[in-house]
Amino acid sequence: MAVSVVLPRALTPYAFGLGAVQLDGSCATVREALGQVAERWPALIDRVLTEQGELRRHVNIFVGDESIAFLDGLSTAVDDGVTITIVPAVSGG
Amino acid sequence: MATPSTLVLVGTTKGAFILSSDDAREEWTVDGPHFPGEAVYAMAFDQRAGRSRLLVGVHSNHWGATIRFSDDLGRSWSGPERQAIRFPESSGLSLAQVWQILPGRAEEPDVVWAGVEPAALFRSEDGGETWAPVQGLLEHPHRPRWMPGGGGLCLHTIVLDPANLDRMAIAISTAGFYRTDDGGATWRPRNAGVRAVFLPDKYPEFGQCVHKVTHHRSRPERLFLQNHWGLYRSDDWGDSWQDVANGVPSDFGFAIQAHPHDPDTVYVIPIQSDEFRVVPGAQLRVYRTRDAGATWGALDDGLPQEQAFESVLRDGLAVDTHARAGVYFGTRSGKLYGSNDDGESWTTLADALPPICCVKTAVLAPS
Repeated sequence: MAVSVVLPRALTPYAFGLGAVQLDGSCATVREALGQVAERWPALIDRVLTEQGELRRHVNIFVGDESIAFLDGLSTAVDDGVTITIVPAVSGG
Repeated sequence: MATPSTLVLVGTTKGAFILSSDDAREEWTVDGPHFPGEAVYAMAFDQRAGRSRLLVGVHSNHWGATIRFSDDLGRSWSGPERQAIRFPESSGLSLAQVWQILPGRAEEPDVVWAGVEPAALFRSEDGGETWAPVQGLLEHPHRPRWMPGGGGLCLHTIVLDPANLDRMAIAISTAGFYRTDDGGATWRPRNAGVRAVFLPDKYPEFGQCVHKVTHHRSRPERLFLQNHWGLYRSDDWGDSWQDVANGVPSDFGFAIQAHPHDPDTVYVIPIQSDEFRVVPGAQLRVYRTRDAGATWGALDDGLPQEQAFESVLRDGLAVDTHARAGVYFGTRSGKLYGSNDDGESWTTLADALPPICCVKTAVLAPS
């Protein structure tokens, strides 16, 4: 089964307007999943990760219904068929 | 209004605005916001080599920072989809914000400089499309001891020697003023005489919180510096500094800007103190020296003189290059003021913009 990565509206322009990206290859962690996304849509991942590969401070990622902040961060395991959701944090001014 | 000839570029916490007017600068058209919701701390206009390029440093609270540009005065924007300014992996640093964009000298028409946070200088050799860090500053031995100020550890000021391509200077909060004489390979702190009130050693080699530095290209070695407490002048490219706070109500402030034609004329907007960052006495006044800092006088015709609890950030003051200079500044409460007569009188150009981070100008070359 594939892993799908659901994108926030603000990032869809960097994936040809797609609201979700289906990953065909296997990936063991969120970091690997984002790496696969970056191969196809590097500008999208520029906006999710810093150039040092860290998750940007005001971006949240969920695996299923749980935030990776409460799991293993980018090392959180990814099972087949799971949905990874990228969302902007509730922040601003 | 006749054909627009004058631009005032306004970066705010929630987007960029472009004001345009003719040579008289009495009526203005406001265009924007561009990049709504994104903070714009850096803007520049590049007219070298036949360009008409507007460069903007945009920062999304969520998605990071990048540089975008427009070759049609903001009708459309382009720029690399990838984050063009990137720290090398070996540095361990990540771009937080672009604080300054400055086109290079006429002799290097494709060179553009960018000052960023965390403090670093980037150079583009293709008009701002691709960038590389200046290694001599990125790997400076002082870097571990530089400390972030209230705005973060930012390189906010770039000063070019128009005659010597190997000489330029930068200012970092909080690190101080540094100059290179070898094209960026090495950088020496140049802070002798500049006080650091917040350190046990009040006159360290480096570590000062320099807020902004300005000069006039006809006398580039004469620099004016607004410090975190202290208003200074150097006549030797920063080798030594003298206090010139002679008649200003406070020597705390951020914005300082040289006149476009007279190297002895400079504008500042004093702030009451570091603890109460509003204009002194809640009276909004620009101060001008015409004698290189020997004396300063207030300019307030048309500016609010009661209950004006305003402040102006380091890049919130700009001048245009018309024969009778236009002077412009924007406040953190989103008010934009302009003068078309060297600062003698002021009008409100916009009174409800988002908080203003930077103000820049351009006089368009005849097409």
